[in-house]
Amino acid sequence: MAEVALDQVTKRFGATTAVDGVSLTVGDGELVVLLGPTGAGKTTTLRLVAGLERPDCGVVRIGGRDVTPVPPAERDTAFVFQQYSLYPHLSVYDNLAFPLRAPARRRPEPEIRARVAEIAELLHITHKLGNKATRLSGGEMQRVAIGRALVRRPSIYLMDEPLSSLDAKLRAEMRLELKRIQVGLGATILYVTHDQVEALTMANRIGVIDRGRLIQLGTPRQVYQQPCSIHVAERLGSPPINLIPADLLPSPAAPPGTRTIGARTEHLRLGAVGGPGPAALIRRVEHLGDQAHVHLEVAGHTLLTLADPHAPVRSGDRVGLELVGPLYFDGSGNRIGGTAAPGPASGAGGRTI
Amino acid sequence: MSVDAQSQSVLAPGPWSKRFAAAVVILYAGLAVLPLLWIFLTGFKTPPDSIAYPPKFVFEPSLEGYVNLFTTRSRQSDDYLAGLPPPTNWVDRLVRSRNMVIAGPSKFGQRFVNSVIIGFGSTALAVVLGTLAAYGFSRFRVPLADDLLFFILSTRMMPPIAVAIPIYLMYRSLGLTDSHLGMILLYTAVNVSLAVWLLKGFIDEIPREYEEAAMIDGYTRFQAFWRVVLPQAATGIAATAIFCLIFAWNEYAFAVLLTSGEAQTTPPFIPFIIGEGGQDWPAVAAGTTLFLVPIVVFTVLLRRHLLRGITFGAVRK
Ligand SMILES: Nc1ncnc2c1ncn2[C@@H]1O[C@H](COP(=O)(O)OP(=O)(O)OP(=O)(O)O)[C@@H](O)[C@H]1O
Ligand SMILES: [Mg+2]
Repeated sequence: MAEVALDQVTKRFGATTAVDGVSLTVGDGELVVLLGPTGAGKTTTLRLVAGLERPDCGVVRIGGRDVTPVPPAERDTAFVFQQYSLYPHLSVYDNLAFPLRAPARRRPEPEIRARVAEIAELLHITHKLGNKATRLSGGEMQRVAIGRALVRRPSIYLMDEPLSSLDAKLRAEMRLELKRIQVGLGATILYVTHDQVEALTMANRIGVIDRGRLIQLGTPRQVYQQPCSIHVAERLGSPPINLIPADLLPSPAAPPGTRTIGARTEHLRLGAVGGPGPAALIRRVEHLGDQAHVHLEVAGHTLLTLADPHAPVRSGDRVGLELVGPLYFDGSGNRIGGTAAPGPASGAGGRTI
Repeated sequence: MSVDAQSQSVLAPGPWSKRFAAAVVILYAGLAVLPLLWIFLTGFKTPPDSIAYPPKFVFEPSLEGYVNLFTTRSRQSDDYLAGLPPPTNWVDRLVRSRNMVIAGPSKFGQRFVNSVIIGFGSTALAVVLGTLAAYGFSRFRVPLADDLLFFILSTRMMPPIAVAIPIYLMYRSLGLTDSHLGMILLYTAVNVSLAVWLLKGFIDEIPREYEEAAMIDGYTRFQAFWRVVLPQAATGIAATAIFCLIFAWNEYAFAVLLTSGEAQTTPPFIPFIIGEGGQDWPAVAAGTTLFLVPIVVFTVLLRRHLLRGITFGAVRK
């Protein structure tokens, strides 16, 4: 395992700049999650680390060594592809053994057998080892693809939405398993996901990427509680953050220049009508089992928040609405007031150059 | 909508369309096989049987055609034949019954070996070069790739005979006429265009992710090509090899022009069989039958690859 660093890395494809001046250090034994909308450049970032793409400018370092001109085979990374690609002409066993049979770092067969058996056990695919790689379900293929990375001990694991085609139960299980493996091995992982639960639970740090730029890097707590902009705030939180005009609800603490207020569900307090806040109309209540989504309407704006499923709220009711320590954003969408938002240049766990 | 017992998959053909398809296939196969069957049977007829009218379907099989194919014989007077020691084997006996004696082996065997060397040699070369070139065109940014590919294809559009004279002159001054090397190079040059185009199609279908995964797994590009791309291109390579072999095996025009002895292939040789002593159709048919065998064997050996579909599915598209 090793520290991996990107320094001012830019990658263009014709007119599109897929990765734009990204500096990011993944510390030794750290798991960094890249979060961002589709087309943001997450996959490209992983490919740059793996050596499948050459940066137009900038430097990639693995374990302190400048590997920018080094071909993929010599970089010692393991990649779980978004479009997972098992070798279709090989069995599951041979797929898992493939990295260990590479001429450059060939292992003796008995060791390969033991290693493959161990990984297959871990990923619950032992009974499929004899199958051809094409005769698997999507979730099984994805687990084999993860297994093909895990059989090795590379300097960094690059995982591109590795759990995306698993069912919810298996995904939760694999998430824990991956995190356990990572902690156990002290593995360095750069991990791409769209799933915020994965991001929040697995990451040591989260990097938020948009249009090729790394716009915030920090611990899950920092990114969630102190997003540097509306854009980042929108990426995390369920239900998604409510964005309302500054003057909709009384907010005496709002710093000057506030144009938009971001109110997550924990920033909204429902009370009796006649309290400090204005009255809101409950439009709809959706029961989700352990909680309820409450759709509110205030002066033509709709807000979505959570309530206890036993709370005495019914659609058509009126409730008092109060803001408690929300997020404040200025006219250009940057967060203002409160604790300074850590930008991409600062963060815990690793240092960015 | 009711779901009855007869309901079936939307994609699976119904029983009637299956029967119709089978009938068409059988009819076509019959038409295609009939001339081959006729040639095969004629090879085992005696010369009178072979030109009998109406044609004979039931006849006493004879190996005379095969004997004539592999030997040269001379006609002798009855007195001379009577003075010879009695024939020691069935071949002698058969030949003497036609008032002839064996003068020596014919050139068929050697011509056949030439065909094998030139046909398989040029096929192997065309497939190797074609695979490498196709991989290059498929995976690397080649300057003027489209123009180059079109140029390669255009060499195939021209009738070969149009360049026969220049090639003949060129070969003569290079000393390549009537040589195995010359014929192998010529057929390779013609086949490589087909090979590049066919194989580029097949290799384009193989997602790059496989090689990228292999390269990350510690394989060099060439090792990834060898271990990952080639096995998946096997179907395409087999199909290409068959097409190349069929061309090189059957080619007639260049063979007539450029070979006469040493390196002559079977197609220009077969007409010579007709020569001596009238029209020896059984010998011609025997030669043709043997000539077909390698192609049939080669195709049957590679059949598995031709029929097996290309494996899609392990890459999510
Ligand atoms: N090989 C390529 N050629 C041209 N453009 C490319 C190439 N690869 C990526 N791009 C472009 O670069 C941008 C970033 O792509 P990338 O695959 O990194 O996105 P992503 O963040 O992984 O998205 P997703 O979440 O959908 O996987 C996109 O606009 C994409 O169209
Ligand atoms: Mg992607």
